[in-house]
Parts: sequence; structure tokens; C-alpha cells
Amino acid sequence: MRLQRLNRLGSVEQVMKDVKSQASKNAPASKQGGLNAEIQSRIGHQLRAMYDDVVRQGVPDRFAELIRKLDVPDTDPQVGSAGGPENDGRD
Amino acid sequence: MPLTDSLRDDILASVPSLRAFAISLSGNGDRADDLVQETLLRALANIDSFQPGSNLPAWLFTILRNLFRSDYRKRRREVEDAEGSYAKTLKTQPAQNAHLEFEEFRAALDKLPQDQREALILVGASGFSYEDAAAICGCAVGTIKSRVNRARSKLSALLYVDGAEDFGPDETVRAVIGGSGG
Repeated sequence: MRLQRLNRLGSVEQVMKDVKSQASKNAPASKQGGLNAEIQSRIGHQLRAMYDDVVRQGVPDRFAELIRKLDVPDTDPQVGSAGGPENDGRD
Repeated sequence: MPLTDSLRDDILASVPSLRAFAISLSGNGDRADDLVQETLLRALANIDSFQPGSNLPAWLFTILRNLFRSDYRKRRREVEDAEGSYAKTLKTQPAQNAHLEFEEFRAALDKLPQDQREALILVGASGFSYEDAAAICGCAVGTIKSRVNRARSKLSALLYVDGAEDFGPDETVRAVIGGSGG
């Protein structure tokens, strides 16, 4: 029973990456006060990884096309219909 | 200023990070692209109010951020399939470990208050200075700093201090547990 439980936690731990165990090992000193520097850098890394993953996708065609079309003032198909002139994007 | 070729190119060059910002905020790829589209339309319609030489990305981010916030108020009661839609926006399927860790991070990010989340993304991912982020969010620099700090503390607590039970095994984890444990 006990073994099974450990096993179970062990699997979760593995999946969740070594970070967590590593972090808790190094965390005690700074747990109450500021953030552990290692955790902070890990969070920064994850945040940028998530963000850059999208950035690397580049410009989807629909947007390239949109900007190209709107370059010619006469054709101007959609500006103004998307929102009222009052709401210029400000809160 | 008028829409010159170079301004158009600059706007185009901002699209990838606008999308990343929109997806980070909304957690939903389709909605994010709608946000970006509306941002571009607003920007182009109001291009005369853009000051040449000022920070174009910050200007565009401000528009997107404000659109998101007014949109968010309208939609807050709608149930959204944030994780599923987000995963679809990824070009490559990450390896399972990375994918799970990613979902975990995404879920933690979604738990942050909106003010903190946007501050953290602008400073920590988009690379804006505290000053630019403050201008985009329309608040004081000190406010941004404290939001970023609180966001980091909370993420840290969610991801690394409270441990796995805070999230509970989702179906993917359960499958992995079932596979390796039995």
C-alpha cells in the first residue's frame, strides 16, 4: 500500500519534471521571504518559451493580407465597421 | 502620421508578438487572432494619431490590451476551452513531458488576476521596460513592479511550493500514472 503510494507520487514527480524537487531542495532558505532565484529564472524561462513559441509562428497570411489591402485607402473594406468611432481602443 | 510603407512594415513586424501577447492574455488561439485583427484595424483606422518616432509596439499593445479588457468584461461569463484551443495554436506538438509542464504553467498563469498576468507578460515575455508596461496599462511604474512581483510569487507558490496536489492529476497525468504504475 505504502509502496504503491510512493510509486504513484514518483510517477507524477517524474512527469512534472525534476524542477519541483530541485526547487524544494533549494527553497527552504528563502521560502518565507523573497523568491528563490532559481524558481524565478525558471518561471521567466517558461513564460518566454510559451510566448516565443507563438512569436516564431511569424505573421499568418490573413494579417499580412489585411495590412496589404488596407494600404490602399480607396479599397478600405472594413475600417470603421469593426467598432464605433467613439471607441478608439481606450478604456 | 500617414501610413507609409515603412510604417506598414513595422506594424507587420509587430504582429507575431501581438499574437503572443493576445494568446497569453486570453489563453485562446482563435479569440487571440480576432483580437489581433481588431487591433490592426483600429490601429490603421487611427494611424493619424500615432506619433512618428514614438514606440509603435507599445502603441499597438495598448490598443490590444484595451480591446481585450473591454472584450473580457463582455465575455467573462462564457465558458472557454482555454487549454484545448491554445494547444491547437502550437505548430509542433511538444513532447509529452514538456507538454504537460506547459499545460501546468498555462493553468497557473490563468489563475493570476488579470492585472498581474498582463504585467508579468509585458515585462517578462514581451520585453517591455517597466515604464513602457506602465504606459500600456495606464498605471504607475511602481504599480507595475508590484504586480510583476506578486505575479511571480503567486506562480512560484502554484508551481513549485504547493506541489502537484494543487493541480490534481488531470486526465493526461492519470493516463501516465496508470501506464507506468500498473
